[in-house]
Amino acid sequence: MSSTLQSRWWSWGFRSAVMLYFILLIVFPILGIYGYSLSAGLAAFTENITEPLAWKAVLLTVKLAFVSTMINVLIGTMAGWVLIRYRFPGRGLLNSLVDLPFALPTAVAGLMILLLLGPQSVVGQWAEQLGFSILFHQPAIVIAMVFVTFPFVIRAVQPLLEEMDGSEEEAAYTMGATKAKTFVRVILPAMLPGIASGAMLAFSRALAEFGAVVLVAGNIPGKTLIASVYIFGEIESDNITGATAVSVVLLTFSLLILWLVNYLQSRRKGV
Amino acid sequence: MHVEVRGLTKKFGEFPAVNDVHFSIAKGQLIGLLGPSGGGKTSILRMLAGLETPDSGDIVFHGTRVNDLPPQEREIGFVFQNYALFKHMTVQGNIAFGLEVKKWPKNRIKERVAELIELTGLSGFEKRYPHQLSGGQRQRVAFARALAPEPQLLLLDEPFAAIDAKIRQELRAWLREMIDRLGITSIFVTHDQDEAIEVADEIMIINKGNLEQKGSPWDIYKNPETPFVAGFIGESTIVEDVSTLRGFEQAADWPGTKALIRPEYVEIGQANEFRLLSATETGRVRHLHFRGSEWLVEVDVGASRLVTYRSLEKEVLHPGEEIQVLVHRAYLFNDNDSWIMENRLKEDPMPVHI
Repeated sequence: MSSTLQSRWWSWGFRSAVMLYFILLIVFPILGIYGYSLSAGLAAFTENITEPLAWKAVLLTVKLAFVSTMINVLIGTMAGWVLIRYRFPGRGLLNSLVDLPFALPTAVAGLMILLLLGPQSVVGQWAEQLGFSILFHQPAIVIAMVFVTFPFVIRAVQPLLEEMDGSEEEAAYTMGATKAKTFVRVILPAMLPGIASGAMLAFSRALAEFGAVVLVAGNIPGKTLIASVYIFGEIESDNITGATAVSVVLLTFSLLILWLVNYLQSRRKGV
Repeated sequence: MHVEVRGLTKKFGEFPAVNDVHFSIAKGQLIGLLGPSGGGKTSILRMLAGLETPDSGDIVFHGTRVNDLPPQEREIGFVFQNYALFKHMTVQGNIAFGLEVKKWPKNRIKERVAELIELTGLSGFEKRYPHQLSGGQRQRVAFARALAPEPQLLLLDEPFAAIDAKIRQELRAWLREMIDRLGITSIFVTHDQDEAIEVADEIMIINKGNLEQKGSPWDIYKNPETPFVAGFIGESTIVEDVSTLRGFEQAADWPGTKALIRPEYVEIGQANEFRLLSATETGRVRHLHFRGSEWLVEVDVGASRLVTYRSLEKEVLHPGEEIQVLVHRAYLFNDNDSWIMENRLKEDPMPVHI
């Protein structure tokens, strides 16, 4: 009896501690930002968000994050496929390298891109000859975003591919389906939930990227200034409400995506 | 479909999975490929399906060599051991898949799916996903899906392995009946001899990549052609020196010959239970095991230990008790040969000719 009581107290204590931690670390700050952005009234909020530089920054961020997500969906799906389905020397190393963008400080990633794609570099000169420049223009931002969000799609697709042992494909073949048809009707649908949730997380992360982008974007307001850098600038110039207004927009986006990912995953488990 | 296989050989690296196998199967037969795990049964099945390429040999369907045809064009249905159902498709979707791929008209697909759902007793489950079904139901979906495109040959890889013993029994009978009704040539792989004996018209015993024997279950049981088959089918004990047993003294003429004796070859009991007492000899009960419907009795006869069954209706024996043992026959084998030897004394020692 006393032991059950004890364990009940323990369990209550643990749960409360975790809840408190969660509330202090995540819920309060988020509520704080929403509160602060609206503290000067709704009019001030709309004024801040309709500021051309602000909404241009948000729009640009969404656009580039979308492009980088699409790139990652394509390359990440292929990379996940290759890493699971093919056996070749160096596969294990490659597989562990996938997580590097998570581990690396994003500023280092930015620096790498800066050195690699700058006007003095080989790639930079090629691009220059072809009549466009990468660094301090939108391509550099996309590259930075792609690099930082690279692991998401791969890591979401891999477990789903591992689950399929190849007999589903063989079953499709024996029923007369060609390889292409089997891919479209059998393999792709099985990978789709992973691709979708990986893409959404990648998108959400790309929206938020600061460290890698700030070094390579050039940060020209209205042209290559993305939302997170805009927020930084607003804080530097002491316009906290401007910063919070854009933050709220980004935050809402992220929360929506998170909810969508969860919804998709729960649906997958249900189906 | 008439199936003929000639000189089929397949190696995985250095390991010979299938070794010069020949057989032919008449249309409409249900064949069981039986043998221990890793013996090459599944490899043969997969080569028939075109999922594996033989190193050499011919596979002939209906008089046409199909070695170079991909699985898509062999007109086969394949039921996988783990069923390999499409998880993101409903029962209906799974069954319709092969028909959609073959571009059947929509209304015919609908008819055919309804027909198969009816046939496999899956009515009411059309809209379920595979994970919402029981093992037996999944098996039936896999079966329906394989049958939907009207294949000429149905291949089943350990179709009942993943199912509870109780339901397995039902499904076996169901499958047998279904295949009889459809008249489709079928080959199934199993490592369970009861399953093969119960379901198959003919059994092929496969061991270490070799086809040891092909024949009806009764044939294989009665006349095993190799020591492996004799030992694999049914239960048996090996007796090193059978010439010490009464009635088998002649076996001493073939040195190095061992004997395989099945429980049902051996009769035991008190002296008054035998009509031909002269053919029996004395043994001692070693152990008794209760097997639900009968006793399993271990008996020591001289240096040999024999195993047999005894009806529960008969007088109960006790360990250590002295009893009479009659060995009806033994399956003798040595390195070169194998044959069945009857107990010589069982023939009446003093026949009366009229």
